[in-house]
Amino acid sequence: MQDLDSLTRDLLDRIDACTDLAALESVRVAALGKKGQITERLKTLGKLSPDERRIAGATINRVKQQLVDAIEGRRGSLERELVERELLAGRIDVTLPGRGEGQGGLHPVTRTRLRMEKIFRQAGFTVAEGPEVEDDFHNFEALNIPADHPARAMHDTFYFPDGRLLRTHTSPVQIREMRNGQMPMRIIVPGRVYRCDSDMTHTPMFHQIEGLVIDENISFANLKAVLAHFVEQFFERARALRFRPSYFPFTEPSAEVDIQCVFCDGTGCRVCKQTGWLEVLGCGMVHPNVLSACGVDPGRWQGYAFGMGIDRMAMLRYSVNDLRLFFENDLRFLRQFNRG
Amino acid sequence: MRVSTAWLSEWVQTGWDTATLAHRLTMAGLEVEAVEAAAPTFVGVVVARVVDCTPHPDADKLSVCSVDYGAADSVQVVCGAANARAGMTTALAQVGATLPGGLVVRKAMLRGVESLGMMCSARELGLGDGHDGILELPGELTPGRDLREALGLDDTIIELNLTPNRGDALSLAGVAREVAAISGAELSLPSMAPVPATIADRFEVRLSAAEACPRFAGRVIRGIHPGASSPLWMVERLRRAGLRAISPVVDVTNYVMLELGQPMHGYDLRRLNSRIEVRYARQGEKLQLLDGRAVTLDADVLVIADASSAVGIAGVMGGEKSGIAGDTTDVFLEVAYFNPAAIAGRARRFGMHTDASQRFERGVDPCLQERAMERATQLLVDIAGGMVGPLVVTEQTTALPRRSSVRLDPQQVNRLLGVKIPRAEIELILRRLGMQVAGAGDVLGVIPPSYRFDITIAQDLIEEVARIHGYDDIPQTDALMPQVPLPASEATVGRERVMMLMADRDYQEVINYSFIETELQRAFDPECEPLGLSNPISEDMAVMRRSLLPGLCRVLSENARRQQDRVRLFELGTRFLWDGTRLEERLALAGLAWGLAEREQWGLQRRVADFYDVKADLEALSSLGGDEQRLRFEADSIPCMHPGKCARINIDGRLAGWIGELHPELSKYLELKVAPIVFEIDYVSSFISHIPVYKEISKFPAIRRDLALVVDETVRLDQIRESVSVSAGAALQELRVFDVYRGAGVEPGRKSVALGLILQETSRTLTDTDADAVVSAVVARVKQDHNATIRD
Repeated sequence: MQDLDSLTRDLLDRIDACTDLAALESVRVAALGKKGQITERLKTLGKLSPDERRIAGATINRVKQQLVDAIEGRRGSLERELVERELLAGRIDVTLPGRGEGQGGLHPVTRTRLRMEKIFRQAGFTVAEGPEVEDDFHNFEALNIPADHPARAMHDTFYFPDGRLLRTHTSPVQIREMRNGQMPMRIIVPGRVYRCDSDMTHTPMFHQIEGLVIDENISFANLKAVLAHFVEQFFERARALRFRPSYFPFTEPSAEVDIQCVFCDGTGCRVCKQTGWLEVLGCGMVHPNVLSACGVDPGRWQGYAFGMGIDRMAMLRYSVNDLRLFFENDLRFLRQFNRG
Repeated sequence: MRVSTAWLSEWVQTGWDTATLAHRLTMAGLEVEAVEAAAPTFVGVVVARVVDCTPHPDADKLSVCSVDYGAADSVQVVCGAANARAGMTTALAQVGATLPGGLVVRKAMLRGVESLGMMCSARELGLGDGHDGILELPGELTPGRDLREALGLDDTIIELNLTPNRGDALSLAGVAREVAAISGAELSLPSMAPVPATIADRFEVRLSAAEACPRFAGRVIRGIHPGASSPLWMVERLRRAGLRAISPVVDVTNYVMLELGQPMHGYDLRRLNSRIEVRYARQGEKLQLLDGRAVTLDADVLVIADASSAVGIAGVMGGEKSGIAGDTTDVFLEVAYFNPAAIAGRARRFGMHTDASQRFERGVDPCLQERAMERATQLLVDIAGGMVGPLVVTEQTTALPRRSSVRLDPQQVNRLLGVKIPRAEIELILRRLGMQVAGAGDVLGVIPPSYRFDITIAQDLIEEVARIHGYDDIPQTDALMPQVPLPASEATVGRERVMMLMADRDYQEVINYSFIETELQRAFDPECEPLGLSNPISEDMAVMRRSLLPGLCRVLSENARRQQDRVRLFELGTRFLWDGTRLEERLALAGLAWGLAEREQWGLQRRVADFYDVKADLEALSSLGGDEQRLRFEADSIPCMHPGKCARINIDGRLAGWIGELHPELSKYLELKVAPIVFEIDYVSSFISHIPVYKEISKFPAIRRDLALVVDETVRLDQIRESVSVSAGAALQELRVFDVYRGAGVEPGRKSVALGLILQETSRTLTDTDADAVVSAVVARVKQDHNATIRD
């Protein structure tokens, strides 16, 4: 019979040599199983005297513990290796594109309109809307533009056979709101408008946003302030504004508003035709005839109105140099505005 | 309107440079659109007289000229102009001269003859388009004089874009008045003394429509020299204003119009029969205009007529018959005041826009006629001689416009503008603008000058104060507003949320015109007559869209042509539903999906988007309202969709829209190889939400039982669902459809529908026995209702 020391060394070597858990298990069975070599040695202890048995038993049990520790140690490292191998095998290519649905987007004019609405909402305005097919009264008469008024020449109007028309501006909604609504009033009106005109810089349909504020003491100074705030928020930069006296039949006094060019900061460039200014909106104090036409007492109420092109503001905001691009709906154009 | 600053400075001197003048005008409401030099830069060009002109020995089209340019000896110049001739006065670019564009004139040999300089056409000097020959200058100019100085070319032209209310500024006098008001400088008027009559001839004038023409000044001038031509200074001023010199009579009337803003007309007296009558046209009356066009008039068009026929449209354009001709010697001059309402819109009706109509429509000073007549008479007599008849004014004073006093409370100025302008400044500004200001108490009485048609109420005066005070000097003041929050309805799904959901589900928003071509509209909706425009811009945009789908499909087709292979679009916009008498504008959301269901990618099976992909998007939209069950899909058909793959969408039992595959005929029409899935739903009824109310969550476990039912193809899921939910009772929490199978193991004409039943009680734990009982009841019911068998 092999001596215990040599057997122990033998078994420890075999344990160390195991490269997988199955081999380790067979070594364990061979050593510590029911018929294992160490188990067999333990069975022989009965034949020894009590003193011999105590000494030999202690020795064998120490060896047994040594082997158990060695096996568990080996098992631990083999299991760790296995996990490592499995993890290694499960490695993926993280640079492959993600799966699933893509992302569409909003039209740049809508995107601009929503921003404008948001800015004005935060300043206490509500959004109002109205019909696109209008009558002469709402689109012209009530806005102090009687038939044959020279200002009608500025509005190339689309007509229907029954005399109705496609609104040439969002201002008819002012009339509807004032006739139906409660004073004081603070609204903005975004929407599609139509002019019978089509060339490099005009499309027969475009978008306007209009503001109307009526209260007892609303002044031109308030109008200047609200527009300055709006422009600053819209371009996220303070912009100088220039109010120039102008003429609209529905406001008195009236003004056209230029903003400091957003491309050259006013030093002069191609877009602003070297003037440093961009004309972006028209505004003024609501004409008393308009208030009267809406049943609002001009002796008590006064206020301002302003209007600007949403498409124009989108062009300035996103450096779009041709208005017509907005209505060609080329996906290669539209998708450029999907980020953010 | 184009204004020469040199001419302006004769009327008002401000000491401002051109840039300042332009800025101040713009900021006072007379918008300066452009500032340009009266002539481009050139140097070394002088007045020259052709002394001798002989044909070139070796060239047919050239001539050799001997030219006096002020030096002791004349110089030899070879010239190609047909009008080169001895005795003419013209412009010579000397050797070394620089012409516009930088061309330097050098000594040259032209076909063997030396040429020492170049005689110039108007175009070569940037003075106009004339290139028929070299410049014809008046003989009074001394040879050798620098041309720029001789013609006063170192002048700047300011181009004004005037608003329609400021007819009073459509003249040099008007702009000068304005500059004087802005700057405070004095206005110096040129002399307009009456010209004494040398003959007694009068010509009868009748005002038969005195409301429209209450004032008519006329004068006969006989014996003008028909060969006379207008002096250079006048021709140059006309040119700089954009007008061509024609003949002394026409030039003078144009000049006075430019200077004073009063349009005039000159008639050849021999062509007028008996008298002038200002009357409305007879319906259908015909007239040949000066520009050669023949027009037919309506009865609301005011005309100038003689005893036999109309000789001009009042305030718009004269007639051909009585116009000034090359041999005219006797002239009748008209200077009238027309009521703007009688002129407005008439020119536009004939597609015209004349200098006269532009001014009369906006209002010409009703006190200006005599002055304009005297000015024109003096100028004409100076140029062309003639004997002057008396100035005869025919008028009905009661019909003339009156400037009534406008009440202005200085406090109202400050309240409307949000400023504190002292009363004294307000009064000063108004006086500078030619207004008479009276009133000792709190309220001023202000009478505007006769030339201002745009001032009738206090607000008009407030604008005048504001613009002269300066819009820049009005402060920016935030309005005070009550701290009352705006309504924030939770039950309304915002438009932005709906659009963002579509975008997040990979749809791209588009914006189409609201009008489309008739044929496309008909192809989609053959049964309904669309609402057509009276004046469409083109055939492509002739009718109002009844649906957003034709436009969306058109965009798809265009993008497919641009090599896009997967297109998903939506639009939120108005439909124009016209039934022949009534129009309804209805807001709708429409969309389409075409091409692969998902973007082309690895690890997913390539699959073309079908009905159910788009249905899922609609269900997602519906769930924004908190309840995807509100949408009900019912097999039905409309002309633009595939009859077998089409559903009407009901919301709360009412028709709210349609979804389906585009009809194959339409796909072919739009040149699409694959049909898109399209939908359109009413916006308003679709997105009303409800406020969530919490329901107790069951503490007891759920049991799932799966069933595969084999039924006939014709049996619809909603029928199965109905039977299952009736028979399963309250324990059924959810019914899932996890497979629909046809093929091996299922007879032809039948399909297997795999259902997952999620069962749960809220008050106790459900046992297997309970679940078995539910399943048995369901099986029995579907067998009875739908002849369903169970597939193991």
